[in-house]
Amino acid sequence: MANEIMKIVGASLPRLEGMDKASGSAVYVEDLYRPGMLHGALLLSPHPHARIVSCDTSRAAALPGVRAVVCGSDFPERRVGVFVKDEVILAQGKVRYAGEPVAAVAARSLAIARAAAALIVVEYEPLPAVLSIDQALAANAPLVHENLERYVFRMPARARRNIIWEVDLAQGDVDAAWAQCDAIVEGIYETQAQYHAYLETNGVLAEADQSGNLTVWASCQSVHHVQTRIAEELGLPMSKIRVAVPRVGGAFGGKHASNLHSIAAALALKAKAPVKLVLTRTEDFEMQRSRHPVRIHLRTGARSDGTILAREARLLFDGGAYADESPAVMSFASLMVRGCYRIPHVRVHGTAVYTNKLRAGSFRAFGNPQATFAGESQIDELALKLGIDPVALRRKNLMQDGDYWIGGHRVAVCSAGRCLDRLIESVRAAPPLPPPRRERRRGIGYSMLASICGLMGTSASVHLRGDGTVALSTGVVDIGQGSDTTLAQICAELLGLPIESVSYGAPDTAVSPYNWKTAASRSTYMTGRAVAGGSNHLKEQILRHAADMLESAEADLEFRSGGRVGVVGVPGRELSFAQIAQHSLYVAGGPIIGVSGLVFDGPPFDPKRATVERFAFDNLGVYIFGAQAVEVEVDEATGQVAVLRAWSAHDVGRAINPASVEGQIQGAFVQGLGYALTEEMVWNDGRLINPSLAEYAVPGIEDVPFGVHPIILEEPEPTGPFGAKGVGEPALSGVAAAIANAIAQAFNGARPRRLPMTPERVLDAIEPPAGQA
Amino acid sequence: MTQPERLPVALMVNGETQEVLIEAEATLLSVLREHLQLTGSKRGCNQGVCGACTVLIDGRAGRSCLALAATLAEAEITTIEGIRDDPVGARVIAALVEGAAVQCGFCTPGMVIALTELLRAKDRPDLAEIRDALSGNLCRCTGYQKIVAAALTLASNGHGE
Repeated sequence: MANEIMKIVGASLPRLEGMDKASGSAVYVEDLYRPGMLHGALLLSPHPHARIVSCDTSRAAALPGVRAVVCGSDFPERRVGVFVKDEVILAQGKVRYAGEPVAAVAARSLAIARAAAALIVVEYEPLPAVLSIDQALAANAPLVHENLERYVFRMPARARRNIIWEVDLAQGDVDAAWAQCDAIVEGIYETQAQYHAYLETNGVLAEADQSGNLTVWASCQSVHHVQTRIAEELGLPMSKIRVAVPRVGGAFGGKHASNLHSIAAALALKAKAPVKLVLTRTEDFEMQRSRHPVRIHLRTGARSDGTILAREARLLFDGGAYADESPAVMSFASLMVRGCYRIPHVRVHGTAVYTNKLRAGSFRAFGNPQATFAGESQIDELALKLGIDPVALRRKNLMQDGDYWIGGHRVAVCSAGRCLDRLIESVRAAPPLPPPRRERRRGIGYSMLASICGLMGTSASVHLRGDGTVALSTGVVDIGQGSDTTLAQICAELLGLPIESVSYGAPDTAVSPYNWKTAASRSTYMTGRAVAGGSNHLKEQILRHAADMLESAEADLEFRSGGRVGVVGVPGRELSFAQIAQHSLYVAGGPIIGVSGLVFDGPPFDPKRATVERFAFDNLGVYIFGAQAVEVEVDEATGQVAVLRAWSAHDVGRAINPASVEGQIQGAFVQGLGYALTEEMVWNDGRLINPSLAEYAVPGIEDVPFGVHPIILEEPEPTGPFGAKGVGEPALSGVAAAIANAIAQAFNGARPRRLPMTPERVLDAIEPPAGQA
Repeated sequence: MTQPERLPVALMVNGETQEVLIEAEATLLSVLREHLQLTGSKRGCNQGVCGACTVLIDGRAGRSCLALAATLAEAEITTIEGIRDDPVGARVIAALVEGAAVQCGFCTPGMVIALTELLRAKDRPDLAEIRDALSGNLCRCTGYQKIVAAALTLASNGHGE
């Protein structure tokens, strides 16, 4: 019944909403206006750690034009959090990071709201702050959360003092294995806080009616998750909260539900009016989330023939002031740090700690960039020590089809080796560049990639309309990656309809079927499965209706392209979807709606293969693989690193929309390039000192070579829609390691082990200061 | 809070004269977005860095978040809402959409303006000229690859009106 002519799946169709976006008519949250709308402003903590002695809002409330003022003491202590319930809507009792929201105002104009926020008088008693991982773990450290033992944890986490969560993974006998190794390399790898830097800051418009029903438009990654968080944070039933989403100007993990949405909702409820609250760029930097700063102590050993026998890792995650997704990010990094290699003896211990800094949370690739920077840097270091080519060392140890990931998940299709083959082919086929100028050296570096796509629940509905077109609805928020189009393509292909006949409904909790989040490279794989299920469910019903109308057996009917059902072998005897829909709506059978839902419920960890303790997820997803190469040029005098060209090979199962897949690979690669070379949030005495795009260096066009080459492999995943797997995140993960490996290739093994690899750090690595050589 | 003084200003926006009553320190971006409801120009940083608010001022690409609207009474301002009906602008928009160069779309109006300025001045710009023209516009989604590729396609066809 599949349509052979249309080939919508596999075509690089332009985005459904592309013209609207490019011509400036797409609507984002700041573009929304409502009758009687007020403007919100926040007061953020200037201190990293301080007791709140008092908060006087009287002068702010008295300012003409102010309609609502709230501060932490207006709310009951209602702690929320996905893994640890440790956050409150606005600071209560004390502030735990500079930038934590303390109070909020709604007023007739933004100018009045900001003026009023400045009139709020908060008396603080500064407390000693915990500003680094080492300070957090010190025996006499001040406590970020004094009442940690009273908090609700999703599972026992071994939390104590400033430790949020600990994870252990082990297989084999690492201690015994070191004795069998001919070469052992060991190092400490440090990574920084990276800012998501979506071009649109976080923002929300919340509206309350006279009965206390909320409607919230949020720039977010999941309407359902934002609804859940507001309900919990404000103590309301979900039936009173409707969350919808306009177009989202990028997210990358930084627009999951946060207290921002509940603050706007609380202002709206108090003012009984719509309140728009859009963060300034500085507020967004200071208040929202970052990628975790991490220190990884890593050790790897091999026999002289290159067989890797053992790897041991200790990961320390700086989680900032609230746990947020730290348990999950740290768990996932711990799972990934072994890499896609057959290493029999592995031990990983991960710890996430509280500090008095911005909370770290999810960010595209979710702990994998840190783990991969350490793991893949060290593979090259091991190769150098063994005198083996780094690519050959990888090939010798790569997982093969049917091998197991640490923890015991079987990987039926392990395409890592094939990705590496295709990568090397492309690198070799590339024309050589003209030689470098004096005092510049070139190097090529490689990194393997592995990740997962999957997680949690999702669903889809497909309604047949009266004219034979369909309304697809899923709850997946397109944050720029192109899921509206990709999911519509899956639906159109299965129904044999042109793409124009499928509309994608903007996610809205009032009407959209449940979806967890746009996260974990999951929309194409997970929701694509639901869309396929819903489309096929629709087809079953269309067939049943058509059989009645044509007085034929269903077995004698076939789907024909363009939305028709006909009797096999009788070309003229057919019905259009429109005729079937009309019949169902007005004559018999009732409206035709296809629905499908699923939750990722793959096998758990296998205790016979590995010990896994306090791992934050119940279920993960299917494993996905890739390989990356970069050619860099290093200025020996300045330490400046330029990436000249790059290749990124990914097995995506099936590219539903190849141009979108390429866009994901290229975009993630360049975020990885910024992570590797320039981007770093810097705190001084607990204050973020570079909270602007002028001071925080997101790569501009001049920093990026026009030559990031995506390579797409298609090895179908049996459970995926048309065989598709995810690709949103992985291309970020290997860039830093590949660049470090390229630098090391150019400088006889000298390499930075700390990100970002600024000119100064590169110079220190290639010309160690006297006494450190 | 005392009511700030407001000035009447006549702005020429997208070929139409628009009378607005604005504060002396109001930026062109805020006047476009809040007074004229022309929300296609985006506020990405409000500090003159990201380029999402780029408009044409007397034919030259400029940051509307840094320009004071009250000083622009004599200027001709073209926003993305005006550019989409311009023959060059329309071709730029179509090329970006067809070339899969639009992801979240927040930077795209600014990119369209910058490329339109370039292609009006130069029929067949080369790679270096394209990169230079876009050097003031940040994009966090695409890695710039497909934006440059789309611009190169336009340039190689000669944008000719």
